Amino acid sequence: MSHAETHSHDHDHDHKPKGFVKRWLMTTNHKDIGTLYLIFSLIMFIFGGALAMIIRLELFQPGLQFVQPDFFNQLTTMHALIMVFGAVMPAFVGFANWMIPIMIGAPDMALPRMNNWSFWILPFAFTMLASTFFMDGGAPAAGWTLYPPLVLQGGHNLAFAVFAIHMLGISSIMGAINVIATIMNMRAPNMGYLKMPLFVWTWLITAFLLIAVMPVFAGAVTMLLTDHYFGTSFFNAAGGGDPVLFQHIFWFFGHPEVYIMILPSFGIISEIIPTFARKPLFGYVSMVYATAGIAFLSFIVWAHHMFSVGMPLGGELFFMYATFLISIPTGVKVFNWVSTMWKGSMTFETPMLFAVAFIILFTIGGFSGLMLAIAPADFQYHDTYFVVAHFHYVLVTGAVFAIIGGVYYWIPKWTGNMYSERLGKIHFWWSVISVNVLFFPQHFLGLAGMPRRIPDYSVQFANWNMWSSIGGFAFGLAQIFFCIIVWRTIKGKGTSKATDRVWEGAKGLEWFIPSPAPHHTFQDGAPVNDEHLAHVSSH
Amino acid sequence: MKKTVLKTALFAVLMFGFAFALIPLYNTFCEITGLNGKTSGQVEASLVKNQVIDENRKVIVQFDSSVNSELNWEFRPTEFEMEVIPGKFYHTEFYAKNLSSKDITGQATYSVTPAKASLYFNKTECFCFTKQTLKAHEEVKMPVTFIVDTKLANDVKIMTLSYTFFKLES
Repeated sequence: MSHAETHSHDHDHDHKPKGFVKRWLMTTNHKDIGTLYLIFSLIMFIFGGALAMIIRLELFQPGLQFVQPDFFNQLTTMHALIMVFGAVMPAFVGFANWMIPIMIGAPDMALPRMNNWSFWILPFAFTMLASTFFMDGGAPAAGWTLYPPLVLQGGHNLAFAVFAIHMLGISSIMGAINVIATIMNMRAPNMGYLKMPLFVWTWLITAFLLIAVMPVFAGAVTMLLTDHYFGTSFFNAAGGGDPVLFQHIFWFFGHPEVYIMILPSFGIISEIIPTFARKPLFGYVSMVYATAGIAFLSFIVWAHHMFSVGMPLGGELFFMYATFLISIPTGVKVFNWVSTMWKGSMTFETPMLFAVAFIILFTIGGFSGLMLAIAPADFQYHDTYFVVAHFHYVLVTGAVFAIIGGVYYWIPKWTGNMYSERLGKIHFWWSVISVNVLFFPQHFLGLAGMPRRIPDYSVQFANWNMWSSIGGFAFGLAQIFFCIIVWRTIKGKGTSKATDRVWEGAKGLEWFIPSPAPHHTFQDGAPVNDEHLAHVSSH
Repeated sequence: MKKTVLKTALFAVLMFGFAFALIPLYNTFCEITGLNGKTSGQVEASLVKNQVIDENRKVIVQFDSSVNSELNWEFRPTEFEMEVIPGKFYHTEFYAKNLSSKDITGQATYSVTPAKASLYFNKTECFCFTKQTLKAHEEVKMPVTFIVDTKLANDVKIMTLSYTFFKLES
C-alpha cells in the first residue's frame, strides 16, 4: 500500500524541463508524450465528430438541405480517416506511452527520442490531410477505403492523402517498435511475460500487427500514387492491372487494422473490470491466448469485406468460416469478463459503467459482424447502413467507450485529482442512451435497403434517420461535456485530491506510485512483489 | 534491445516489399487456379490438338463485349453464341469501328466465366494478344481462334468469353 518502497516519490517535483518548447516540443518523457498523444487524439475526436455532425444534419431529412453530394462524400471520407488514424489509434498510443513503462516497472520507453518523433509527425500529417478541404476539388471523397478507379478520378488531394498516410504509417511503426522494445527488454526483474497486466499484453500483440500491416497499406497507397501520376497500371484494367487487387491488398491491411483498434480496448477493459469487481481477472492465460488467436485470424479473413466482388464459391466459404472462427476467441474474452464480475463485490464508478456498457454493446456489434460474415446474407447487407451500424457499434461503443473508460480510470493517476463522479455518471448515461438512439436505428435502415455514403434517400427511410440524427447531436454534445469534465479534473475544479491507490480494489504497479505520477518513475528499478499484481498466473 | 529494434524494423521493411510482391503473387495465383476468370495467354495450337473428342458433347460459348468510356469505338461480336465440341478448333470474329476522326490505339482485356471453365478455354489466336490501332473511321473484323479443352468439367454447359476494349495512352 505504501509507496515508500518505490523510491520514486523523491523525484516528485524536479527534473521537469522548464519552458513550453523544452517541456513539450523536445520532450522525451513517456508521460509527457502520452499526454500529447491523448490531447491530440481528443482534438481529432472533436474535429472528426464535427464532420459527423454535418453528415447527420444533412441526413436529418430526405432531400439536399445543407451540403452538396460532392462535399458530403468528402465528409464521410475524412470523418473515417480522422477518427481511425487521428482519434482512436493515437489515443491508444497515448495510453501505451503513459501506462506501459509504469505497468512493467520501467523508467521510460526504450527509445525516448524516437518516441518524440513518432508523436510530432502526427500534427503535420493531419494538417496536410485537412488542408485538402481548402483545395480545388476538395478533400478525398472516394471513401476511407480509397478504392480505385474512383479514387484515381479525384484531384490532387490523392497525393496529400497518400503522403499523410505515409507519415502516419511511419509514426505508427516507430511507436510499435518502441512498444515491443520496451516490453521485451525493460521489464522489471520478476515481471515475467505471464505476470504482465493484460493491457501490456494486448499492446504487445497490437504492436506486431501494426508492424505487419502498416507497411502493406503504405505500399498500396504508393501504388495508387504511381498509377495516378507516373503511368503505372497496378490497378488500371486498361494497362493490364486489376482494381479488385487493390481491395485485396487494402483489406489485408484493413482487417488487422480493425483489431489494432480493438485489442488495446480489450486490454483496458481487462484492467477496469477486476478493479471494480474486486476479483482477479478470470482466465488470465486464456485471455492472452485469445488475443493472440484473434491477431492470427485477422490475417486470413480479409476477403469477407468483398464477398460481392465476384469470388468463386470456395473463396466465399473459406472466408466465411474463417471469420466465424474469430467469434471463438472473442467469446472466450466476453465469457472471462462476465465471469470476473460473477459473484464479485461490484461497484459502479464511471470507468466500470463504461466497461460494462462496452461488454454489452461491443457484443451487439460482434453479433451484427457475424451476420455480415454469412456470405449469402452479405449480398443483401453489403454497402448498406447495416454495415455502418455494425462498425460504429464496435468502434464507438467498443473502442471509444474503452478509451473514455480508461481516461476516467487513470486520470486521477495522471492529474492527481479525482474527476467529479456525479458529472462522470451524467456523462455516461447521456452517452450510452444517445449512442443507441444514434446507431441502433441504422440496423433497421440497412435491412430496409438504405445504402451507405449517400447524402439523400427515399422518404421511407425518413423516420429512423431523424431519430439517428437526434441521437447523433445528443451524443456529440455529451462529448463536449466530457471535454469539460476532463478540463475541470486537470484544473482541480470541483474535485478532490486522488489517493495513490485511487480505487479500493486496484492492483498493478501504477497504483503504488504517488498521484499525480511523478515526472520520473522507477529510475532505480521497480521492486515487483507478486501481491502487487492483478494477474499472477498460478504456476 | 538493439537486436529487437533491428529485427522489428527489418520486418516492417519486408512487409512494405510484401505489398508489392502481392501483385505477381495474386496474378500467378489467379492464373494457376483460374480464379477471377484469368485464362493463360496465347496457347500453341500444337499443344492442344490431338485430343480424344467426344462428338456428342456440346458446350455453348457466348461472346460478350464492352468498350471503356474513354475509347470512342464501336465493338461487338459478329455472332453472339456458338455451339462447340470440346477438342475442336473454332473461329469467330469481332467487329470494331473507330467512331472518331483520329487514329487511336486500343487494347482488349478478357475473362472467362464461370471461373472454373477459364483454365480450359484456350485461345490460339486473338486480337487481344496485341494492341490494335484503328485509323480514323476505320472498321475491321478481329479474329479469335479457340479450342475448349476436353478436360472441361462435365457440368459446364455454357461459358462466356468477355472482352473490354480500353484506350492505350500514347
